[in-house]
Amino acid sequence: MTAASLAAARSFVATPVRPIGSVEGQRAFAFRQAGKRFGDKTVLDGIDLDVPAGQFLAVIGKSGCGKSTLLRLLAGLDRPTSGSLTFGVEEEGHSRTRFMFQEPRLLPWASVVKNVEVGLTGVASGAEARQRALDILGEVGLADRADEWPSVLSGGQKQRVALARALVGHPQILALDEPLGALDALTRIEMQQLLERIWIAQKFTAVLVTHDVAEAVALADRVVVISEGRIALDLDVPVERPRRRGSVELARLEGKILDRLFG
Amino acid sequence: MSFATRLHSNAIGWLLPALVIAGWEIASRAGVMPANVLPAPSAVAEAFWRLTLSGELVRNIGVSTARALAGFAIGGSIGFALGLANGLSTISRGLTDTTLQMIRNIPHLALIPLVILWFGIDEEAKLFLVALGVFFPIYVNTLLGIQSVDPHLVEMGRVYGMDRRALFFRVILPGALPAIFVGLRYALGIMWLTLIVAETISASSGLGYMAMQAREFLLIDVVVLSILIYALLGKLADSLARLLERLSLGWHPAFQNG
Ligand SMILES: Nc1ncnc2c1ncn2[C@@H]1O[C@H](COP(=O)(O)OP(=O)(O)O)[C@@H](O)[C@H]1O
Ligand SMILES: [Mg+2]
Repeated sequence: MTAASLAAARSFVATPVRPIGSVEGQRAFAFRQAGKRFGDKTVLDGIDLDVPAGQFLAVIGKSGCGKSTLLRLLAGLDRPTSGSLTFGVEEEGHSRTRFMFQEPRLLPWASVVKNVEVGLTGVASGAEARQRALDILGEVGLADRADEWPSVLSGGQKQRVALARALVGHPQILALDEPLGALDALTRIEMQQLLERIWIAQKFTAVLVTHDVAEAVALADRVVVISEGRIALDLDVPVERPRRRGSVELARLEGKILDRLFG
Repeated sequence: MSFATRLHSNAIGWLLPALVIAGWEIASRAGVMPANVLPAPSAVAEAFWRLTLSGELVRNIGVSTARALAGFAIGGSIGFALGLANGLSTISRGLTDTTLQMIRNIPHLALIPLVILWFGIDEEAKLFLVALGVFFPIYVNTLLGIQSVDPHLVEMGRVYGMDRRALFFRVILPGALPAIFVGLRYALGIMWLTLIVAETISASSGLGYMAMQAREFLLIDVVVLSILIYALLGKLADSLARLLERLSLGWHPAFQNG
């Protein structure tokens, strides 16, 4: 672990508690009876989901239940075949939504900092873009790797670059599709803490798809379980931050979610 | 690899040819190798000097190189353009790819009689053959390169708001470049090969013509000299392509310790 990421982990513990639900009543986005079909296969059906700005939402479900499809709708990569998706306050819609994939998807032929600058496409360029990219790389603890090729980084470091790229443009909504799924357990906890710390600092709306129930209750204000294309459970996680992994409260919520998934 | 070690490994590469030449010279002087079969290296060097002084050598190399490059430029740019078009547009690919794959199966040198009928033995005949030979490796590898670009990266570029231009120059073209270089190096080999054959069959200038003239007059040292120069030119072209490759593919793991 680098000194920078240790410092990051420490400052995460010291961050003040932030009110759950955040910015009074403004909406980030809302699905209304939204559905998605591919041919005659219905993947999502009658999704109602109202998400206030600044909320950290986790989406859980078995493989193939339509989690990625939901995120793709949110990011504008696909359109709902029925129902609607509306965005709140600034009417900017998809443009301020950023997407983080399960794989880092870094351009192998661009340096680390150039990869982060991709997140500023159409926002900033030249020296300004470079400076902003370097700043955010500092926040994810990779300032000293800025001019290296992605191929020399470890899996966790690549995913941190991908996170920096997603965040550099200050998105209002950050959609994360199992971004930590391929990392080892320790790197994963480190990344979760980093993600939480940056979320607290930047106040964006986070939608995290995960198959890790412990991760969901550790990070999210609210957990949604999708099953057979519908929302099967919509659960608040009213636990103060910083949260202690393995606490009784989190374990109880975890059990409740697992019951709904396999009950 | 440091400069010194690279120099060292290059030096090792030249060791074997140097030994072969030395052995060949000794064999010729000892009369083991008759001069009308294979002239001594010193005789070839003499021929080189003679033709250099008369200016004949430089002129013929110039003519051949100009032909090679012109043919390469024509065939290469058409191949590159079509490879791009067919890699990027399914309409264009549907329209032309089957036809091109069919033509590709004709060895282009088999067209020589036809090409002589069409163009006579003028410059156009040689340009046409070189361009045709160079076209396919460039076309096929450009197309392959674009088709092999990771669709995940393209999707990422779209999500991050790249327009078509940015997507092409920042994602698709760099992703296709390794394959394009494979095509380039292969095409350079075909370029010389085609030119040698074309010049040997019909020309009134150039290295191939020089070799054929020498054969008529039984100047075997000049024939061998021509062959060696072809080899050197081919090697030079390949080295240039490799250098270009190293400069532009620095990100590629295969080149990172080169
Ligand atoms: N473009 C597509 N065309 C057809 N079927 C699709 C497409 N994308 C996803 N699906 C199907 O939709 C279902 C849900 O997929 P997805 O949202 O990726 O699930 P997951 O919850 O594992 O992320 C799967 O059965 C998948 O086969
Ligand atoms: Mg998925």
